[in-house]
Amino acid sequence: MQLDIAFIIEKLLLISVILLGSLGIAMYATWAERKVAAVMQDRRGPNRAGFMGLFQPLADGLKLFFKEEIIPDRSTRFLFILGPALAMLTAVMTSAVVPWGPDIVTENGVITLQVADINIGILFIFGVVSLGVYGVMLGGWASNNKFSLLSSIRAASQAISYELAMGLSLVAMLMMTGSLSLREIVEQQHGFWDAGYFTWNFFKQPLGFFIFLVCAFAELNRAPFDLPECESELNMGYHQEYSSMKLGFYLFAEYINLFISSTVIATLFFGGYNFPFMDQVAASVSPVLFAIICVLTLLTKAICIILFFMFIRWTLPRFRYDQLMRLGWKSLIPLALVNMVITGAVILWVIK
Amino acid sequence: MGVYEIIFWFLTVMALSCALGVILSRNPVNSVLFLIATFFAISGHYILLNAQFLAIVNIIVYAGAIMVLFLFVIMLMNLNADTEPQKNRLVQIAGAVSGGTLLLVILAALRTSTITTLDQASTDIGLIKNLGKTLFTQFVLPFEISSVLFLSAMIGAVVIGKKEKEQTA
Repeated sequence: MQLDIAFIIEKLLLISVILLGSLGIAMYATWAERKVAAVMQDRRGPNRAGFMGLFQPLADGLKLFFKEEIIPDRSTRFLFILGPALAMLTAVMTSAVVPWGPDIVTENGVITLQVADINIGILFIFGVVSLGVYGVMLGGWASNNKFSLLSSIRAASQAISYELAMGLSLVAMLMMTGSLSLREIVEQQHGFWDAGYFTWNFFKQPLGFFIFLVCAFAELNRAPFDLPECESELNMGYHQEYSSMKLGFYLFAEYINLFISSTVIATLFFGGYNFPFMDQVAASVSPVLFAIICVLTLLTKAICIILFFMFIRWTLPRFRYDQLMRLGWKSLIPLALVNMVITGAVILWVIK
Repeated sequence: MGVYEIIFWFLTVMALSCALGVILSRNPVNSVLFLIATFFAISGHYILLNAQFLAIVNIIVYAGAIMVLFLFVIMLMNLNADTEPQKNRLVQIAGAVSGGTLLLVILAALRTSTITTLDQASTDIGLIKNLGKTLFTQFVLPFEISSVLFLSAMIGAVVIGKKEKEQTA
């Protein structure tokens, strides 16, 4: 097996750009969240640090870094540190399989704007998502605090329950695409309109999209499903004993997850980097410029979905725990199964 | 030694040492974590064998779901090293004897067996398309029967988990 140095450098560059980009976007997602909340509640929101409070995320980060690190005496030290590390690790891992743009064909070869085009891309995302709960569980347990423990148990049961419906809703979509590779799924959604129908999966699988979206809310632990950090019942939730940057990593991982899952939703259901009339644009501009436009398209879609997540958070109240479980097991899973059967019937008799 | 061998030996050592960690660590939570690491090492082996689907399913099902439930139960019962019951000396001796007997049987079975070497031809059967086609054509009957088995297990779990109706006198 021969190692290709140029290949490794190209991939390392791509990975660093994606990592830094997602960190930056996650950082400003915290700012956007507070601004959105402020606008919806008739307040001004952060406006002291810099123009419109744009330096607020930096100030928050500095504050967290300089705070005192406290590791509780009765905690399990190793796992206490491992918790936030795992949360951060699983948050950024998903970005590896997202296709950020089309291939750039130059004289020297083809540059792929995707870290790894594995033929089981969606399953990889599921694998990482299912591991994401370990960060919360281990952190909560290692804190040796009853509230943290309760919170992490809630988080685990919530994640497991909603993963099922999420998987089932995607099965229907995969029956239509016939591929698990994210790149192929995006390429099937080329343009916007083809052969008398929309190409984007959102129009082919509206119910599947709806179920997936609800499950994404639950998997992200965002309101109305943010029961693991329900202040009124659990003080602060699983990160009660955490201070300084370890707390920062937990909070930050949530925003990275938010960005990455918005990108995945955009990729799966809203055509990824595809946009209407892309063939005409591709014919008239250089390949590099076209790739940049495509990446910007994907980012725009992702940011719209992030904003949608935020609007929901500041609109709906939190579910009660039994309501959450009932919704997951008794509504979403049967709905996803029905969606699967309907999709199968349509593929069998209508589309052929 | 190429990259392949290095990765292979690294994964092998990792799998074996983590498996030892599962049975040797006193804290049940550490055992579960070692078991998760073992699953990752095994998944790495699957990827080396070009069986990507098996590798990722191993992670989703075992590391992602079953081990979460294990951890869940252990956390709920709050098992710690200090709550571990002191085992009776008799039980310890019985365990050592039975374990040693099992080792003897395995050694005796392995001693006479011959090592068959497989040729290192690259195979694509582990890729999801080929695997799906094989499962739904050549092996469709065993596949469906095993799914019926799962269904019956699920129904059994529901029946056991159902609350009994209160007796009205």
